[in-house]
Amino acid sequence: MTEPLAPPPKKNPQKRTLTPLLPPATRSRAALGLGVMAATGRFGLQVCAECQAVQYPPRDACVKCLSHDLPWQDVDPAGTLMAETTIRVSPEPYFRERMPWRIGAVKLDAGPMLNCHLHGEVARGDTVRMALKLDRAGQGVLIALPLEGSDVMQDDPVLRAMSCDPKHRRVLISDARSPVALALAEALLAAGAAHVFAGEPEAWRHWPARAAFEAMEDVSLLPLDVTDVSSVQKLSAEIGGKVDILINSARFTRPGGVLGNDTTFARDAMEVNTLGLMRLAQGFGPGMAARVQDGTNAAAAFVNLLSVQALVPDAGFGAFGASQAAARSISQSLRAEFRASGLRVMNVYAGPGEDDPWFQPAPPPKVTPKALARSVVQGLVDGVEEVTCGDVARDVYARWQDNALLLERELTGAGA
Amino acid sequence: MRRAPYDGVVLTAPVSVPYVRYTNETAHWWIARALREVLKIIDMTPPELDGLSVSSFTLAPDTPVGLTQHLGLSPRWLDTVPMGGACGVAAMRRAARAVQAGDVDVVACVAGDTNRIDSFRNLLSAFSRFSMDATFPYGFGGPNASFALLQDAYMAEFGTPREAFGQIAVAQRANALKNPQALMKKPLTLEDYMNARMISDPIGLFDCVMPCAGAEAFVMMREDMAVAKGLPFARISATIERTNAFPNDPIQLRGGWAVDVDELWQMAGHGPEDIDLLQTYDDYPVICMMQFEDLGFCAKGGGAAFVAKHDLTIGGDFPHNTSGGQLSVGQAGAAGGYLGLVEAIRQVTGTAGPTQVPDARRAAVSGFGVINYDRGLCSAAAVIEGAGA
Repeated sequence: MTEPLAPPPKKNPQKRTLTPLLPPATRSRAALGLGVMAATGRFGLQVCAECQAVQYPPRDACVKCLSHDLPWQDVDPAGTLMAETTIRVSPEPYFRERMPWRIGAVKLDAGPMLNCHLHGEVARGDTVRMALKLDRAGQGVLIALPLEGSDVMQDDPVLRAMSCDPKHRRVLISDARSPVALALAEALLAAGAAHVFAGEPEAWRHWPARAAFEAMEDVSLLPLDVTDVSSVQKLSAEIGGKVDILINSARFTRPGGVLGNDTTFARDAMEVNTLGLMRLAQGFGPGMAARVQDGTNAAAAFVNLLSVQALVPDAGFGAFGASQAAARSISQSLRAEFRASGLRVMNVYAGPGEDDPWFQPAPPPKVTPKALARSVVQGLVDGVEEVTCGDVARDVYARWQDNALLLERELTGAGA
Repeated sequence: MRRAPYDGVVLTAPVSVPYVRYTNETAHWWIARALREVLKIIDMTPPELDGLSVSSFTLAPDTPVGLTQHLGLSPRWLDTVPMGGACGVAAMRRAARAVQAGDVDVVACVAGDTNRIDSFRNLLSAFSRFSMDATFPYGFGGPNASFALLQDAYMAEFGTPREAFGQIAVAQRANALKNPQALMKKPLTLEDYMNARMISDPIGLFDCVMPCAGAEAFVMMREDMAVAKGLPFARISATIERTNAFPNDPIQLRGGWAVDVDELWQMAGHGPEDIDLLQTYDDYPVICMMQFEDLGFCAKGGGAAFVAKHDLTIGGDFPHNTSGGQLSVGQAGAAGGYLGLVEAIRQVTGTAGPTQVPDARRAAVSGFGVINYDRGLCSAAAVIEGAGA
């Protein structure tokens, strides 16, 4: 059974913060596909297009018929744990610090044998549910999970190391004025977050939700303006060592195409949506990256709330779409820059929000703040890198993955 | 088709370069020492040697091609056998056919590896693509963890107690105490074995080999040449090899020997009961047990009972891994794939000295190698006989 995770003791400032170590990160090109599946929370393997044989480990040619047509597909995750071992000695520094470490051999019902990490609630002979998770190196790895886990199964140390679970962690939401901020704070606290810091830009300007934040326990409103370097630096100096998860909710939206608009709104959109993200990353990123191995409340994730327009623009929001695409690009660069530390970058894509006045004329379905908050928390718990929230975002994301050029044509007028 | 016998070719000049735990010397250095020793025995100079077979994990960035220039050799026949624990038998059977066919007169077969501090970890990380993708990211237990899974499944399947594996390790340590070249010098009791700390359950400390540096070698030549040189020699009566056997077995409870074992004894002209000693590949005792079963010394799953019934020491009724094996001598990389064969040549030629089994004439040798992902892919076995058999 899983031992419920205790809140971390107060940090001893005289003790050296451990240098984050990573599990082995080198993979063949084919095996990187495991990470692609894990990043989006899917369980899948290569399946031969000609003979349907499920492949593992990832290959360049089918083990049954030598076909080279091996697309990645969702696969039934059911399997049986046939053997297990508890590793007590390893020459590899990451695992050495985490001994003992259990692994097992699972016969997947769909075919192949999988050597995998084991959740503490599975044992030899069990029917298990396989999952692909991102490990601290950002690589897709297999873990055998119980069919029906206990209430605290997420607290299992092996699983927790692969997740960014907010439980016992402290979270900074960059803009409390965002329509989703309050729902986010509530969802994070409900998920066990120890504290929520909420950034408040332009504190002199009245905003109705302030009272709700003030009434909440374990929430503090702190001045933060992502368009102002000194504001970001000031807050980072104050709480930077206590931010385990950062959620960038700051957003500037104005409608209008590229033609017929001056560049003022475009500049504002870039200032908040793109450069604001960059300032937050510069202000908080290095400190977080240094605290990825800091016990129960180690730094875990940098979360960026994006419009699905980051993938493909809506011509009615030319400058906004550009700022979102640029933010996504920055986010991908950050992902690469944080890779060596194990700090995860999660992008959450959503369609028009229910309470977003700038998308008031857009047709439903729209995303409620509660739904978006749920997606963020679930994404953190699952430890994924890419999250879509709502039908619009899911639909656009799938079509974009399938054929980005076709999607552009469909969305910009030519679709029937 | 009936396989041709290995007539007219013989094994000679068994050489074991004493192992060390860690060394600053390279694989080149270790291989050169073994080569020098065999050339001295067969009375040849490096340029005269026309055949070379090399197995090594740590020659990089060189291959055996670069090694020829490094060591001043000009072979007309060059082979490299990357089959890990099966490389000894595999190198032997290739060299035997080449000498038999007249492509080459003399083949020096050498395996050697270095072991620097931390080189075992580096060797593991670059071992194979499947292990890089699908083994090392999972706890990085190395071969200990892979064999632990296998042994866990084996014990569950056949109800084998750990003591049975312990008996193999204990007997080998008793043998090793007679071998001055063995790295392990302390007597080992079954109690020591059972009480030792676990490494990767159910693999305990004395189930594991100690990585070290060293080299092993022997020579394959025409029988008339060996006679002319007055060298003691052994003949090959049968060999088998198999790679990636039983790919659909979910977990490896048997090796490739089980595919080819009938052919082995048929070619040898006698059964397993007629051998005087057995050298198995002993990276872990469970693999020895698998070889007892798959080579026909007992039925599948009967390994524990077989071990209980027999005395596996040099003076016993079933002498096994008489040098002490890798478990007690140490595992010098690819040389581990030669250790049993080189000791078997010594045994059947009556030159084993302190580990000599009295009147040993006939030996079976088997190899097992290369955990590419979840199982050892290479298996090989041979029966050899001393000239007096």
